[in-house]
Amino acid sequence: MFGFGLIKGLLITFKNLILPSRLFTVHQYPDRKVGPIELARYHQDWQNTSFIQFVINNPIKTIKSLIGLISIQDRYPQHSRFRGQEFGWYENRCTGCASCAKYCPLGIIKIETSRSGVDLDEGQKYKVDVFDIDMGRCMFCGLCVEACPYDALFMGSGFEESKYFRQELNIDINNLKNNDTKPSNWFRPQLESKNYDPRRNGALEWDQVGRHQKPTDTDQANKWSKR
Amino acid sequence: MNINNFQNIINSLIPGLPTWLVFITSAILISFIVINAVVITGALTVWLERRLLARIQSRLGPNRWGPFGLFTPVADLIKMIGKEDTVPATADKKIFNLAPIVLLVPVLLVFAVIPMSNNSFLGQLNIGILFIVGVTGFNTLAVFMAAWSSRNKYALFGAMRGVAMLLSYEVPMALSIISIVLTTNFLLNIDGSNLSALSLVGIVQAQKIPFFILQPLGALIFVTAASAEMSRAPFDMIESESELGAGYHTEYSGIKFAIFQLTEFLAPVATAAIISVMFAGGIKGLSFIPGSVILVVKIFVIVLIFIWIRATWPRLRVDQIMNFAWKFLLPLSVINIFSQAIILQIFYSSDSIITINELWTIAFINWILAGISIFLLAKLFGHKGRDKNIPIPSKLANMEFTSE
Ligand code: SF4
Ligand code: SF4
Repeated sequence: MFGFGLIKGLLITFKNLILPSRLFTVHQYPDRKVGPIELARYHQDWQNTSFIQFVINNPIKTIKSLIGLISIQDRYPQHSRFRGQEFGWYENRCTGCASCAKYCPLGIIKIETSRSGVDLDEGQKYKVDVFDIDMGRCMFCGLCVEACPYDALFMGSGFEESKYFRQELNIDINNLKNNDTKPSNWFRPQLESKNYDPRRNGALEWDQVGRHQKPTDTDQANKWSKR
Repeated sequence: MNINNFQNIINSLIPGLPTWLVFITSAILISFIVINAVVITGALTVWLERRLLARIQSRLGPNRWGPFGLFTPVADLIKMIGKEDTVPATADKKIFNLAPIVLLVPVLLVFAVIPMSNNSFLGQLNIGILFIVGVTGFNTLAVFMAAWSSRNKYALFGAMRGVAMLLSYEVPMALSIISIVLTTNFLLNIDGSNLSALSLVGIVQAQKIPFFILQPLGALIFVTAASAEMSRAPFDMIESESELGAGYHTEYSGIKFAIFQLTEFLAPVATAAIISVMFAGGIKGLSFIPGSVILVVKIFVIVLIFIWIRATWPRLRVDQIMNFAWKFLLPLSVINIFSQAIILQIFYSSDSIITINELWTIAFINWILAGISIFLLAKLFGHKGRDKNIPIPSKLANMEFTSE
């Protein structure tokens, strides 16, 4: 009918205006403003109180959230296989083979090694002197991690690592050594099978992240004697 | 609160001042207060509009600065003032600088005659409605000044079609005002009141039942034409962002652009004030609430409706807008005037008085009349009745042409 479409459109927008269950296309980040009900729900996670109890216990917080002054930190779930910054690297596992450097399509990993004088019998094990990753150019393809034969290199899970200077984006060996290593599960099924989550669980030590069990002495002996 | 009260206060504080000095001081004082209040209202309207549009479109809107983002206009203003005020090298500088002021001042002047109590701020003007029509006509001039002086083709495109639109919508607006004045005159004469039918106070006095109930057709025409006059969606032809950059204020920046923005958001408030006085009964309403509060609430509700309409309806095409004005609104307003005159005369001549019950009967007749005339005009001029203009492709295009 004539003019009916106009009214229908008005009703649709009005519905969207008053219904509380609208679908937001925007998420607030990194914190979001909440009303009292959401705030109480957020508190319930660790306090186990009902909404009314929450209002009675924290009246000031309720009023503040009513006028939109309270914001909560609330991260959206992130998959444990997320490929992000803060590469994880274990010095104890790394042999300095430089496979990662060779596989990187951008050539941004720089490795310098020297003789360490350790394990001379089993062939020289190198000492890694320089391990630079230029994060400013990294595209997080993860090829370096796939290439590492000794499970020494891992992707990280951070994504908000903007810096003021380009220089600060270079990760050098001290950085890699000193940081808590929370490896991402990317290309590491051994971590995934343990239900490890880098954002929830803590840092892992070098002997917890390997693909295989550490060979026992008898295994070792068998292997070498056969040869 | 109006100018006479201020004069009395100043006279009692400092006795013995010359009359002209008292007049000027009180005029400046009251203008200062009113202009500041109106500009703050405009800033709040910016916030309200952005929040509501965001809510309707499932977004969040400004929500960072202050509770619910209430201070966002302040931040906007600081940013605007901080920006460089550029003037194009080929611009006509005097007119370029004058245009924002010419656009802003009429919007502020409208509030001078809005009756906030039994009296308006600047005293009782007995040709209030003529004043409003004359003053709001200035925005055509200001838009054209801004566009012409800035030497920008997009600005000029916008202003050209905008001026054509503004001029054509002024006609149905004025005609719908005439029917209001006509009815007011009838009702005031019957009451034996000595108020002028052209003054807004008189129009408010005459509304025993609100005029949008008594004259639905007039209200519809006026609201449509007024929303075209302030060039808001769905009639935002002047600055159609998707087609013309920013339209007539493409070349403006800094504080002048801020003035344009302010005017754009003040216009719905001013229009809502006019509509609520003329059609919704102004200060009349519940007797235990002060009249100014009632008026403010009415203005607020009408502004909300304007925002709602803006959020919903898409912009019309230029030819659709002109067709709508000349083929639909103009005949409708002529029908409105004549039907009002005839109906009122019939009811008046029977016993030379129009009671409240008779008014309700008239309202009922008018609603039916409005429905019928809209339906008939739509049948007559609507796109369904017309032959479709099917373009015939050239033979060179080598296309198979089949008529529908
Ligand atoms: S993730 Fe890709 S680009 Fe980044 S260092 Fe590894 S191989 Fe190079
Ligand atoms: S991180 Fe892995 S691939 Fe890279 S040098 Fe060390 S052991 Fe080789």
